[in-house]
Amino acid sequence: MQRLDYLKESPSQTAGPYVHIGCVPNFCGISGVYPEDLGGVMRKPEARGEHITITGCVWDGTGTPLRDAMVEIWQADADGIYPGNEPRGQADPNFAGFGRNPGDQNTGEWTFETVKPGRVPMPDGRLQAPHVTFWIVARGINIGLHTRMYFADEEAANAEDPILGRIEHQNRVPTLLAEPQGQGAYRFDIRLQGENETVFFDV
Amino acid sequence: MSDGTFFTRDRGWHPPAFAPGYKTSVTRSPSRALISFPPTLSEQTGPVFGHDMLGELDDDLLHNYAAPGESAIGPRIIVYGRVLDEAGRGVPNVLVEVWQANAGGRYRHKKEGYVAPLDPNFGGCGRCISGEDGSYSFRTVLPGPYPWPNNGNDWRPAHIHFSVFGSGFAQRLITQMYFEGDPLIWRCPIVNTIPSREAVEQLIAPLDMNRTIPMDSRAYKFDIVLRGRRSTMFENRPEGN
Repeated sequence: MQRLDYLKESPSQTAGPYVHIGCVPNFCGISGVYPEDLGGVMRKPEARGEHITITGCVWDGTGTPLRDAMVEIWQADADGIYPGNEPRGQADPNFAGFGRNPGDQNTGEWTFETVKPGRVPMPDGRLQAPHVTFWIVARGINIGLHTRMYFADEEAANAEDPILGRIEHQNRVPTLLAEPQGQGAYRFDIRLQGENETVFFDV
Repeated sequence: MSDGTFFTRDRGWHPPAFAPGYKTSVTRSPSRALISFPPTLSEQTGPVFGHDMLGELDDDLLHNYAAPGESAIGPRIIVYGRVLDEAGRGVPNVLVEVWQANAGGRYRHKKEGYVAPLDPNFGGCGRCISGEDGSYSFRTVLPGPYPWPNNGNDWRPAHIHFSVFGSGFAQRLITQMYFEGDPLIWRCPIVNTIPSREAVEQLIAPLDMNRTIPMDSRAYKFDIVLRGRRSTMFENRPEGN
């Protein structure tokens, strides 16, 4: 019999407590190597769409905020087009789509200044509700955690979202909903473990 | 951009979230099962970073934090390899970021309190973008092992942290590279979160005397493998098909 000759993916390891040195060196006081930290600015003032801020925290199983996590987000522009390698067209040139934030070193709180994403189709053409992909790494997290943030004020779109619809325990869906705080502000807390544990995905 | 979806991640090859030998994972691991779905555009796309963002010394940790005319202290090494996917194809134009302790095992980070001194000429961060065949390289000093509070006397093996972007956000990966022959590797609770010896060996870089520059720097080879993509009939880019 012939042998399949695929390689195996490199095994993941924790980002450890000093992920900031490599990913946001200016944040941790290493200046002069990179002019700015990657993913710090997602939008220019002229970016299309509703300008929003997303604030939140990552909490461990004891209810303590992680003060050494790194959170990355990836999302479509206001028209539902991804910057980068998009087969459907050119995204808003004033919007990066990618954000990276280490959170405050005392409170663990992070804020992304971004735009509200448009709807993106599934491979079969059905529309997904507006969402932001989150990826969380930190000391103690052996493999980066994927989740999605949806908007609690998009009830109709959320109700027909194919990914939310796959979640068997529908009482867990609210863990993926960011709550509006007025003035384009949203709050999204991520709970790694225990009560109201956030839904994490294997994509 | 490929419409080919990703090979499913083999979660039995990666470390599990809950690995009590590594104590911090106990309260930072989800207790519910992950929910699977086939990747959509949200996972198949990812940020693209251009060479124009790189500074001249970004891949040279010997000098990118050093005063003019100075260099970091420690054994000089070159780390090189390719970013590949599981089908063995080079993954071009993707960002590779690295960070590490200095030769004495000390990180330049305000929350680090190890007694070994900082090196005034060593910052510990670097980055590069893979070439058309997926190749990358950087030069640095060999990092030292260091103690950490897990059990009473745990020491990390010498290692370099790697953060790698693929062409899709579902390929996002952070891992660590270890050095051939280090006796601390098999004693490390973080290494031992990985279930199989074979998978651990994938993170151990061999010494490469052929790429070693005589009288200058030793070389270590470290290939990084990202998730593969299924082929589609609709496109024929070298990566993603």
